Amino acid sequence: MSITIDKSKCIGCGKCRTVCPGSLIKKDENGKAFIKYPKDCWGCTSCVKECPVHAVRFYLGADIGGMGSLVHTESMGDILRWVIEKSDGEISKIDINRKESNKY
Amino acid sequence: MKIEKIKTQILIIGGGTAGCYAALTIAENSDAKTLICEKAHIKRSGCLAAGVNALNAYIVEGRTPQDYVEYVKKDADGIVREDLLLTMSERLNKVTERLEQLGLVILKDEKGKYVTRGNRNLKINGENIKPILAQAVENLPNVSILNRVNIIDYAVENNRINGAFGIGIENNTFYIIEADAVIIATGGAAGLYKPNNPGFSRHKMWYPPFNTGAGYAMGIRAGAEMTTFEMRFIALRCKDTIAPTGTLAQGVGAKQINSLGDVYETKYGITTSERVYGTVNENLEGRGPCYLKTEGITHEQDESLIKAYLNMAPSQTLKWIESGKNPSQQNVEIEGTEPYIVGGHTASGYWVDTNRATTIKGLFAAGDVAGGCPQKYVTGALAEGEIAALSAVDFIKNHKAQSIDKEKIDKQKSEIKKFIGENNSNFTIEQLEEAMQTVMDSYAGGIKTNYRFNEKQLDIADYKIKQIYQLTDRLHADDFQELMYIYELRERLTVCQSVIAHLKARHETRWHSFAENLDYPEKDNKNWKKYVNSRLENGEIKIILRELVKGGTQFEHNN
Repeated sequence: MSITIDKSKCIGCGKCRTVCPGSLIKKDENGKAFIKYPKDCWGCTSCVKECPVHAVRFYLGADIGGMGSLVHTESMGDILRWVIEKSDGEISKIDINRKESNKY
Repeated sequence: MKIEKIKTQILIIGGGTAGCYAALTIAENSDAKTLICEKAHIKRSGCLAAGVNALNAYIVEGRTPQDYVEYVKKDADGIVREDLLLTMSERLNKVTERLEQLGLVILKDEKGKYVTRGNRNLKINGENIKPILAQAVENLPNVSILNRVNIIDYAVENNRINGAFGIGIENNTFYIIEADAVIIATGGAAGLYKPNNPGFSRHKMWYPPFNTGAGYAMGIRAGAEMTTFEMRFIALRCKDTIAPTGTLAQGVGAKQINSLGDVYETKYGITTSERVYGTVNENLEGRGPCYLKTEGITHEQDESLIKAYLNMAPSQTLKWIESGKNPSQQNVEIEGTEPYIVGGHTASGYWVDTNRATTIKGLFAAGDVAGGCPQKYVTGALAEGEIAALSAVDFIKNHKAQSIDKEKIDKQKSEIKKFIGENNSNFTIEQLEEAMQTVMDSYAGGIKTNYRFNEKQLDIADYKIKQIYQLTDRLHADDFQELMYIYELRERLTVCQSVIAHLKARHETRWHSFAENLDYPEKDNKNWKKYVNSRLENGEIKIILRELVKGGTQFEHNN
């Protein structure tokens, strides 16, 4: 699993670079973020949650059964919305209230 | 290369779970000048980066800390330090309340009491647990944080630590840090063995791939006594995503079944190692693949699981969505991971006393680097961070660091210059890392051999790992991040050598899969209710067998 960063959306704020626990995200000559070591991603999605413009999305590698869906999050107050775009265009949204604990 | 010299009273190496809590404790109990060195950024570094689903170590009403000790002792089949477990267990509830004060959401009933899951667990929303901890640390007055500074070695003189050396991976700086006391909290070691999916998703593993065993390796090199490296940890996980299985097993009561649909967990037992061993065996005997039986759970349970996994292991939720089937419609395939060395789950790590003092004067250990005290989970790591911090605060009252001598500094500098100098290497860092993982996989009980090994194989592993270590001498780094990768590889190779020596030393099989020695396939309570410890002496690993520290007594270092 790894992430992909949409350069046309990236505003170069550097938040994803800051949080990456592997220091895997760097900035290019235009100040935009890119993942320098895609194979070294742990899949923690810290960068995804930081991105204010939804430019960072994560996906499962084909070697672990990935089918090409891309996931980003949208933060709305206490709600963290996970948006999953399947490769056939279908979109699922799952809202999680940060103030509610897990049932399990 | 820039050079920066820093003086502090307490240095914390690693700003993860234990390190952050140590900083909080120091600030609450003293005005000691404290520095955290963190190789990433404390906001999301360490084991809690993605979040955590539950607090798994809590003393529920009607239970006592001693009950927790007994549970862990049973799970580790006796090879634990009861004194360490008890001092940790006594603090579990206090640190939990502190976490809640800091902002962690913990489920409560209408009377305001925590809702418990079983005998030891609390239900939480742990997605943001690390940012909560980090923010508390960032607000502390006497604590400074150096993010993206990787500590590469201790400065030790006559068995007394005086500080450490580090590299700034984004500012090309060599750091010389003098400290009156040091708390090591770098976590355990992943990436020693070939992972389940060695290709593109090689880092989709259970433990943080960025935890490279730095704390163990620096301790080994400095001659610290270390314990129980032979008790490896292998997690039973959802296949491919390597997501936790406990949420399925405990949350919705999913049983382990084989491909015939038979429940097999009762056949092998339910300790952590037995769950893995059972799964391996069912596969070997032709009844694989194995699953957690989730088919038939309710729609509500489906929804709760999908959300719970987003809060800790989002890839599993994605896998369900991509497959178009919820857990109620398909059982979840499970597999064992590659082995890790991790003192928060097993008993590997520094040999410490109840103050979490290591055998090196002035060096205290907390969390996954500290040995003898398994099943810490998050709250246990916090508890140990607290104990180590209080010990360090006490220690600096009467001890000041000596300045680090020039010879030591020059030695570190010239090594760095060698790595970033001319490129004479035939091999890349990545190639040597893969070579190491292949050796460990084949000859030191990796996935390839179903976690089993014999003495002859271990001898080969030892020989080959030493060869690979020699090859690291000529590696080349283009920048300081790659320089860190060289040091990380060396850390892993150092830990591998100790793991091999420990696996070889324990002439029994006490824990299936974790340490399955085919030369000694039975448990031997008469001779092996002992700790296997080790210390590096004149470049050789010396094995030290120690008698168990009995319950009700406390171990003290006699130096």
